[in-house]
Amino acid sequence: MWLNQFLFFAAALFCIGVYGVLTRKNAVLMLMSIELILNAVNINLVAFGSFNQDISGQVFALFVIAVAAAEVGVGLAIVLLIYRNRRSIDVTEADLLQG
Amino acid sequence: MTLAPSFALLVATTSWAPNIFFWIIAVVALVSALKMVTTDNVVHASLYLLVVLAAVAAVYIILGAEFAAATQVMVYIGAILVLLLFGVMLTRARLGSDDDLNHDQRWIGALVAVALGAVMGYSLWEAFEDVQLPDDRAVQRTSEVADSIFGSYIVPFEAISVLLLAALIGAVVVARRD
Repeated sequence: MWLNQFLFFAAALFCIGVYGVLTRKNAVLMLMSIELILNAVNINLVAFGSFNQDISGQVFALFVIAVAAAEVGVGLAIVLLIYRNRRSIDVTEADLLQG
Repeated sequence: MTLAPSFALLVATTSWAPNIFFWIIAVVALVSALKMVTTDNVVHASLYLLVVLAAVAAVYIILGAEFAAATQVMVYIGAILVLLLFGVMLTRARLGSDDDLNHDQRWIGALVAVALGAVMGYSLWEAFEDVQLPDDRAVQRTSEVADSIFGSYIVPFEAISVLLLAALIGAVVVARRD
């Protein structure tokens, strides 16, 4: 098997995730797209770990999964706070910092 | 010999079988990912995300990273997806189709994604062309993962434990109602 078939798969997943983050207005859907991006990175780490016959790739992927869990927890708390204050999770309406 | 072990032996000893599985899984994952970022139903988007996450777990199995695959199923499908569905529920997202989920300037996002994909595809092809994964690559055992985490990566592991605790306490404090 090629190494590149995994890397291209991960790159395509990453680009779809970037498209989702850029086009979605709904904050929960943006968080879902960020999960796609993190998964693409994990595929790369595991693929290189398998390529080099080194366990570190898999360990790094596990660390990324743990950080992703923390990120979703804090992100959803922030989304809930925005919803409670503004009755909407449309990110284009959260523009208090805009001059 | 029963059927199940002989099938497992067939999958393990032939080189074309993982390849066919990989391409099926890749197509399913990419189609689901595209549907996820374009669907106009929030709950459908999370179900498509489930398919993508399960497909990524299958890719880990193909690469011989069994513990990462198990963790993917437990943490992503079991915890993070449920957390996202809680978010859908608590923000009272419209169930059924909702035409107010996307920006108007969709094509700019598409342009950025395609440009990024072109750059990454070109550089990946330049760097690795047709490098093969080693044919005799070993399955990375869970015990090796444990030795590595609690050996050379013990400090990052402790740091990530504290990070997770801090993030969860922070989430409770931020979302508390008072």
